[in-house]
Amino acid sequence: MAVALFIPCYLDQFYPNVAIATLELLESLGLDVVFPTDQTCCGQPMANTGCNNDCAPVARRFVEIFSPYETIVCPSGSCTSMVRNHYDDYFEKGDEKFQHVKNRTFDLCEFLYDELKIKELKSDGKPVRFPHKVSLHQSCHGLRELRLSSCSENMTKRENKVRGLLDLVEGIEWCTLSRVDECCGFGGTFAVNEPDVSASMGRDRIADHVASGSEVMVSADMSCLMHLQGLIRREKTPIQVMHVAEILAGRPLPS
Amino acid sequence: MTQVALPIVDRPAEKKIKLDHTNAARAFVTNPDRAPWHDESLWFVRSKRDKQASIIPEWEYLRSLASQVKTATIANLGDYLVEFERNATDAGAVVHWAADAKEHNRIVLGILRDHETTKIVKSKSMLTEECGLNHFLEDNGIDVVDTDLGERIVQLRHETPSHIVLPAIHLKKEEVGETFHEHLGTEKGAKDPKYLAEAARGHLRDKFLAGEVGITGVNFGIAETGGVVVCTNEGNADLGASLPRVHIACMGIEKLVPRLHDLGIFTRLLGRSATGQPITAYTSHFHGPRDENSELHIVLVDNGRSKLRQSDEFRAAMHCIRCGACMNTCPVYRRSGGHSYQATVPGPIGSVLSPTRDLKEHKSLPYACSLCGSCTDVCPVKIPLHHQLLAWRKEIGFMNLLSYDKRISMKAASILFRSAKLFSFAGWVGRKALKVLPHWVTHQRFNTWTIARELPKPPKESFRSWYAKNRNSETPKG
Ligand code: SF4
Repeated sequence: MAVALFIPCYLDQFYPNVAIATLELLESLGLDVVFPTDQTCCGQPMANTGCNNDCAPVARRFVEIFSPYETIVCPSGSCTSMVRNHYDDYFEKGDEKFQHVKNRTFDLCEFLYDELKIKELKSDGKPVRFPHKVSLHQSCHGLRELRLSSCSENMTKRENKVRGLLDLVEGIEWCTLSRVDECCGFGGTFAVNEPDVSASMGRDRIADHVASGSEVMVSADMSCLMHLQGLIRREKTPIQVMHVAEILAGRPLPS
Repeated sequence: MTQVALPIVDRPAEKKIKLDHTNAARAFVTNPDRAPWHDESLWFVRSKRDKQASIIPEWEYLRSLASQVKTATIANLGDYLVEFERNATDAGAVVHWAADAKEHNRIVLGILRDHETTKIVKSKSMLTEECGLNHFLEDNGIDVVDTDLGERIVQLRHETPSHIVLPAIHLKKEEVGETFHEHLGTEKGAKDPKYLAEAARGHLRDKFLAGEVGITGVNFGIAETGGVVVCTNEGNADLGASLPRVHIACMGIEKLVPRLHDLGIFTRLLGRSATGQPITAYTSHFHGPRDENSELHIVLVDNGRSKLRQSDEFRAAMHCIRCGACMNTCPVYRRSGGHSYQATVPGPIGSVLSPTRDLKEHKSLPYACSLCGSCTDVCPVKIPLHHQLLAWRKEIGFMNLLSYDKRISMKAASILFRSAKLFSFAGWVGRKALKVLPHWVTHQRFNTWTIARELPKPPKESFRSWYAKNRNSETPKG
């Protein structure tokens, strides 16, 4: 299967390691992966601010770039949700290119879990291991817009795709949070519009992870982690952050 | 009418320039005692709600049902209102119609003057709060006593409720003790909730006995029977409606449900969503006045609701049963407190409703949200709250109400993202700048990100440049 990588702008510029892990992970599963180099951003910051006119050309450009590919995979829940759930404003109803991109853009975790249905993980022929205490930070967009997992408000069958994938990794010792899916307070431009509330939410989130005994918080969305890591580094809190792609690709805990 | 027409004092509502939410919230959220404590108190309620919801196997089914009933009711609202009026009148109630807050207040005052009364007891009603009834009545010489404990506390403090179900949740028991010491003569420094509640009870009992007219809100109106239903936990509405001879029930026109049969869906959802109780302690039905010497007046209030009904985007906000669950779950509300919203209804639903009244005045509220979506999933009547907040932002952008810096930065971003070359160049410059500039230049007070957070450490190279070096082919494969 051929797959186009959609690497959100901030990952490209600030977290290339997460993008590389995603690429190598998909390649190790035998996929034919390409990175269309003309891509930039999905337009989420503009759309979330209410600047739809500024978002429109970026969204249309995105669809132009990705429509030739059979499948589009992105290691970020909120950017995936932008394309899937919020692009309708910018296209005519019958636009086939758009419909194709909308239907075939997946978050990395849901792609591995729902489409590929992977049952094991190997790196260099050996089972992937991560012998550490880990706690899961669920990104709200992954959770409530893509339904990567059931959220605590809904009384539906409990399923968690991110956790399901991480359970294929050997050696993880799970730490349980007191608030399993509370928002970290990033929220895109919210983080700079409401800095006090945003930072307060982030600190509380980190405190919950630390109290659980976790060494590393893992998430399917690097944007939450960027905000949390900013607080952790400012306050020198003894905990690390990693993207789920890094763990699935067999990367060790950063020293 | 026995009364010679008295003049009516109707002060125009004061138009204050409002702070934006960010600034209005600052003192609360940065207070190291208040914000965490407020957050915990509301999270406790949310957790109780989760427990109660989880033991109902058909919980999600109930939510869907409630949403469908509301959608159908709102779609045929005119018919149901007429049916309601007919049945209520048949049962002996007097139905009044108010187009807006002003008319509502005048109708209530008219009834009070007809009965030559100056003392009323009022149980909790967000609608009368929305209409500014208390101030209006006080200006016209009426003594209004709120009988809900929380509302009485904020009334004594000359504050407004900070939550629609828990009006005094922003106050600590020490503060309540102070207020009661000042107004009710309790011991100084008292903070025992039992002692304070007892004192309030004694104080309110006298007021109940002296009250000549009782005003209540309405949780549900039933078109089929013309009855109104009032839900409280303290029983104060029942006392307020039963001791005096005259009961005025003030009801927003969206509070209707078609049949008595539908009510169970909502009462099962309401108590659990609001406070995590299986049912509200007192669910009282009023079908007409209680005897031939009594009167029941029902004031049906529009005050912007018909306008909301015309909007495809926001119509579902009329489903709201005012349970407060969206506030309890909202991480922004929990940390910033209800008053930071500077509106009658705070929290997610308030941020949806307030801009329908005055977009300019409340334009910061749709941004007081991280778009986490928890409110949407907790809402018992399935209002897509966070999507409506996003829709408001769109409207704000469209109406050109965005601040200059937001507008310009998004324009610039749009131009940047239209070219991969420009984007990678800007990224390169940014990463280099972060590397070479001293920390104090990149982390200063004009950069709100760095007030509490470090910027990411810039990597050696971007992913695209790594990719260009390590993978070469890039041909579309289909
Ligand atoms: S919007 Fe929903 S959750 Fe919020 S108060 Fe109304 S009914 Fe309750």
